[in-house]
Amino acid sequence: MVGFTGAPGTGKSTLVDGLVAWLRKQDNSVAVLATDPNSPFTGGAILGDRIRMQRHALDPKVFIRSMGARGHLGGLSLATREAIRLLGAFGFDQVILETVGVGQSELEVAAVADTTVVVLTPNLGDGVQMIKAGILEIADVFVVNKADLEGHSRVLTELRSMLSLAPKEGWKPPIISTVASKQEGIGAIWGAVVAHRQHLESSGRGRQLADQRLKDETAEVAAEIARDRVRQALADDPGLAERLVEEGVPYSTAQEILDRKP
Amino acid sequence: MSPATAVRPVRIIVAKVGLDGHDRGVKVVARALRDAGYEVIYTGLRQTPEMVVDAALQEDAQVIGLSIHSGAHMTLFPAVVQELKRRKATDIVVFGGGIIPDDDIAALKKQGVEQLFTPGTPLQEIVDWLRQRFPKGA
Amino acid sequence: MRDPKQAWKEDFESSPARDDGIETSTISGIPLQPLYTAADRPQQLEEFPGQYPYTRGIHPSGYRGRLWTMRQFSGFATAEETNRRYKYLLANGQTGLSVAFDMPTLMGQDSDAPTSRGEIGHCGVAIDSLADMETLFEGIPLGDITTSMTINSPAAILLCMYIAVAEKQGIPASQLGGTLQNDILKEFIAQKEFIFPPEPSMRLVVDSIEYCAKEVPQWNTISISGYHIREAGSTAAQELAFTLADGMAYVDACLERGMRIDDFAPRLSFFFDAHIDFFEEIAKFRAARRIWARWMRDRYGAQQERSWKLRFHTQTAGVSLTAQQPELNIARTAIEALAAVLGGTQSLHTNAMDEVLGLPTDKAARIALRTQQLLAYESGAANTVDPLGGSYFVEALTDEMERQAERYFKQIEALGGVIPAIEANFFQKEIADSAFRYQQELEQKRRLVVGVNEFTVDEATPIEILRIDPKLESEQVERVREVRKRRDQARCSNALTSLRKAAAGTDNLMPYILEAVRAYATEGEIMNTMVEVFGIYTERAVV
Repeated sequence: MVGFTGAPGTGKSTLVDGLVAWLRKQDNSVAVLATDPNSPFTGGAILGDRIRMQRHALDPKVFIRSMGARGHLGGLSLATREAIRLLGAFGFDQVILETVGVGQSELEVAAVADTTVVVLTPNLGDGVQMIKAGILEIADVFVVNKADLEGHSRVLTELRSMLSLAPKEGWKPPIISTVASKQEGIGAIWGAVVAHRQHLESSGRGRQLADQRLKDETAEVAAEIARDRVRQALADDPGLAERLVEEGVPYSTAQEILDRKP
Repeated sequence: MSPATAVRPVRIIVAKVGLDGHDRGVKVVARALRDAGYEVIYTGLRQTPEMVVDAALQEDAQVIGLSIHSGAHMTLFPAVVQELKRRKATDIVVFGGGIIPDDDIAALKKQGVEQLFTPGTPLQEIVDWLRQRFPKGA
Repeated sequence: MRDPKQAWKEDFESSPARDDGIETSTISGIPLQPLYTAADRPQQLEEFPGQYPYTRGIHPSGYRGRLWTMRQFSGFATAEETNRRYKYLLANGQTGLSVAFDMPTLMGQDSDAPTSRGEIGHCGVAIDSLADMETLFEGIPLGDITTSMTINSPAAILLCMYIAVAEKQGIPASQLGGTLQNDILKEFIAQKEFIFPPEPSMRLVVDSIEYCAKEVPQWNTISISGYHIREAGSTAAQELAFTLADGMAYVDACLERGMRIDDFAPRLSFFFDAHIDFFEEIAKFRAARRIWARWMRDRYGAQQERSWKLRFHTQTAGVSLTAQQPELNIARTAIEALAAVLGGTQSLHTNAMDEVLGLPTDKAARIALRTQQLLAYESGAANTVDPLGGSYFVEALTDEMERQAERYFKQIEALGGVIPAIEANFFQKEIADSAFRYQQELEQKRRLVVGVNEFTVDEATPIEILRIDPKLESEQVERVREVRKRRDQARCSNALTSLRKAAAGTDNLMPYILEAVRAYATEGEIMNTMVEVFGIYTERAVV
């Protein structure tokens, strides 16, 4: 499963749309999970990725599911992981995850995807140095989209020099230039993904990561259950809530609730 | 309360069926629904009934909202309802808006369109209707 | 003795204010002072109508010289029905024809295409081939009237059909007068009736402008439109700015083709909305003339005055009409029409009161026309040129409109021009934001729509809606199939083959389209031929 992440405006949807078209030409069936943030206030969301993949409407071998991040700061709800598993089980040749790169979503994608593709564009303002910490570590493949814009070669140079300072174990993330709006470079992205998959297989890293992901997900589920339990307890037990507010003791209150029989 | 049974937002597909491109209303409604807490997927212009229903199924939507201004609602709205029948998804609720004369509303309701919102309807009315239709979320 | 201005200020501030919570800004959000005085206008040279930059009008005599053209947009169902309505309107004093086409025709589809089902004849007349066009203008001498055709992606085809009909009436193209909307940029921005991607779409527009400059010199090749942008929810300033920016994009494209500006600029025309906020609209029209004149003369270096003069058609705002208490729409339309007249429009369409829910009935259409006649002959509005010129308020608002437009021009330029801005969803987002903001103002009752969010009544007024006989749909389908059967198949297929080859090259496509039209190729066949070469455009919409 390959995850695409990157700041808003980098053309991820256009890239994924192009990639789906490309994969369909190779006769692959494709499932796309696209996430957008929910409003933290109302809980609502406009999930706007599907409309960017219009040309695949009614193609029975393309499945698109739009998901809200649903309060997850990281941009991925727990349901996403479950959905990814299901899609794999349904027999789609390729599963693509697309998220908006806000908050810590890049890290969440990396925790969930076999291959993480980070999308950048030349108009980064203050340059590559301003890219959030963590992105360079989690990317398995870099894509510099809108490569026809000014500043493209500068981004490439900066990116290369930053990568040379922190080599990943055994795998050097390639940098692919694309112009997604013109379908240029799409094939190269997939070539890089395939190469990365082969690396994961041959190095055994793939297995390691999969095991780690299962453990991480278990912890996430536990955290969610615990979160719900605490909220429910505070709602059901006004005495407890009062004490919490009076004494200002979140840690011991939480411990107390978790120690109770569910 | 486990994550699997937490209240999930109702998911709504909004679409323009037919050839006309007047998307002002559908976009305003989409924003209002988002602000009211729904997950909204706008599938765009020139949607056929097949495309709308297929999207609703892939997205596991509970509601389909159709917008049309070209006068072809008597053909296309029932066609969406028919397609839902064909895909065995008649639990999905269909509502519509746009240029729809009052005389046609009764006929469309008889054919399975649950609610129709005509020009000048306050957005709050649409939200109120959805809330009472889905009081417990999805 | 108090200084009068200071005195007024003090008196105003100490007098009670209305507390109804209604916005005192224009409907577009321009804040308004309670009073405007001479001090609100910096010293400027006195302006005169018919003189650069034409703020007060492009003709020295205004409506004293000639009234605006009363051009009611209409068309529905079949060519035969529409032909009847045209004769009715002409007999009742309408002075120019304006053709509304149905959705399949607007979208370049034949009536028997699967996606045309249910859409035939509802919002205009169904035209599938030259045969329908001949019926549409049967008994109407094209040499004696001017005709406006509202169509965009397939505009070149419809123009060729008009030329071919005139040919059969013995009238040379050089004598034909009228307007073709042909404004594809606003389709990408607002109306969304695009078919081909922007580049080939622009090529077709430039082809038609280039062709008409030589062969149909009295024809207004394009009606650069703000109406649809406004109806989609933009503010007045956005309507003004986006329309003029589109105009400049067309000018740039024609210059790139190698045309000289004075050869085509005089035949560019514009089409604006007349919305309900009365004074803002008048200011908008005046600012439009001034801005266009400046850009044409000073930026583009056009030499001829005719190139500097912005001519426009206006339609009263469809979006202001209500389904509730629809008779009120007669009053709304009158106010809006008056704004257009005081703004100096060259031609005007007034909406009928029942148009919210369908096409107008004969009676409603007649009232709409009479409204214009009332303004022309009873109200006195036509007796003086630019009657509001010199009004402190209107002049200040005109200046403000110009300022806001110039700000938008800079933004568009920074994005690389109109087409890059379209691809960046710049216009679309501005429009969607304005539309949402306005709707919120209504929901909060900071703005009122009488009969809708205030002053409502419970009983619904039964409005007689014009229904299209469903039988007409199947008849039209039959008709187009007959045309395909009866024509000279060889001539038709040769024409289409030549068209396809030309589309893949760089020739001006008009002569090829004209030949295909003469050979009774259907609109859908001609469009599909071009789609094979140009492809189909899908928008990447933002909500």
